[in-house]
Amino acid sequence: FCLLFQVLVVFGVFGTELTFELPDNDKQCFYEELEKDVRFDIDFQVISGGNYDVDCFVTDPQNNVLYNERKKQYDSFSHTTAMKGDYKVCFSNEFSTFTHKTVYMEFRYGDEVPLMPITRSTALTQLESSCVSIHEILKVVADSQTRYRLREAHDRTKAEHLLERVTYWSFGQTVMLFVIGISQVMLLRSFFTEKKGSVAATT
Amino acid sequence: MVSVKMHPCVLSVLLLNVFCSFVSSLYFHIGETEKKCFIEEIPDETMIIGNYRTQLYDKQAEEYLPATQGLGMFVEVKDPDDKVILSRQYGSEGRFTFTSHTPGEHQICLHSNSSKFSLFAGGMLRVHLDIQVGEHANNYAEIAAKDKLTELQLRVRQLVEQVDQIQKEQNYQRYREERFRQTSESTNQRVLWWSIVQTLILVAIGIWQMRHLKSFFEAKKLV
Repeated sequence: FCLLFQVLVVFGVFGTELTFELPDNDKQCFYEELEKDVRFDIDFQVISGGNYDVDCFVTDPQNNVLYNERKKQYDSFSHTTAMKGDYKVCFSNEFSTFTHKTVYMEFRYGDEVPLMPITRSTALTQLESSCVSIHEILKVVADSQTRYRLREAHDRTKAEHLLERVTYWSFGQTVMLFVIGISQVMLLRSFFTEKKGSVAATT
Repeated sequence: MVSVKMHPCVLSVLLLNVFCSFVSSLYFHIGETEKKCFIEEIPDETMIIGNYRTQLYDKQAEEYLPATQGLGMFVEVKDPDDKVILSRQYGSEGRFTFTSHTPGEHQICLHSNSSKFSLFAGGMLRVHLDIQVGEHANNYAEIAAKDKLTELQLRVRQLVEQVDQIQKEQNYQRYREERFRQTSESTNQRVLWWSIVQTLILVAIGIWQMRHLKSFFEAKKLV
């Protein structure tokens, strides 16, 4: 019984999700120490900024490139480690001159071992196995909520950006209208005031 | 004073948990005066627990060793209204907790408090960070020990927490979609009004130009 509780603590899927801002011409790297034959998944999505794209590359401890994509909006990458060591995942915004991006990243590793130990003296009762299936389904629900939240954040930033641009351009265009209208008249008047003598002579 | 008699099993669980709570996690490098910020978009009444551990590059050992006690990290958490809800300095290893009271984007910023530039020796500080949100922040072993739950009860408790978190997220989702709809409708209105106003201004300026020029030429006796 005691051992059961102890095993309860240690098993589980490890994962971190982080949302960070990547300034222009900057690179941000994250490292993770993994054992051999461990499966890891990396999901990333650009939430705001410019063309909503970022460069991403993943390298293993011996600096072999496992994944390298340029200007991606979102992607998912899975790999099973061939050696033990520090794996690196980098996001680069070096191609952008002035827009800074907000990037969401999720790094999951470990096997899908449930919170409870699988090696037991008795099989799971029906109640317990229903609990396990409900737990798995709820994990899927929470996951899709995260995806939905990210997409919505992306669309909302775009909409707010659009509103800002519409406001500035409308204001700018109205000012331009007035300036051009008045300056046209002024310019025409100036033509006739200078060459008043020559025009009167020709007609 | 009430003496609590701890079952040795429970005690070992708690001890093991304390040591295992920070096994390994993602790390990144941070410069001396650099400030690294992370954004967490969360519904309200959600607890966030962050654990961090720092390591400094030791030139003699040529590897990263745990940082000295003097080196600490300054943690600052801002809520969606840019109000600071947590602003504290922790040691080289720390754990910060906060609960959100307004839904939205919270910003967690970390920077080192080192004022002695020689301490970093031109290298970088390695920070291991782990942020757990909502239901993931729950420590089930602790809950099981505290409330004395059986395995089935613990599973059900976990399901209840999960569903609770999903419901909070859905409420937040509804609030965000309303904001999105307001932004879109306001864009639509603005585009409509500005187009009408600009067309009227165009026509008005055209008429004014013609009238002004006509009176100008009549005055100059050209028309």
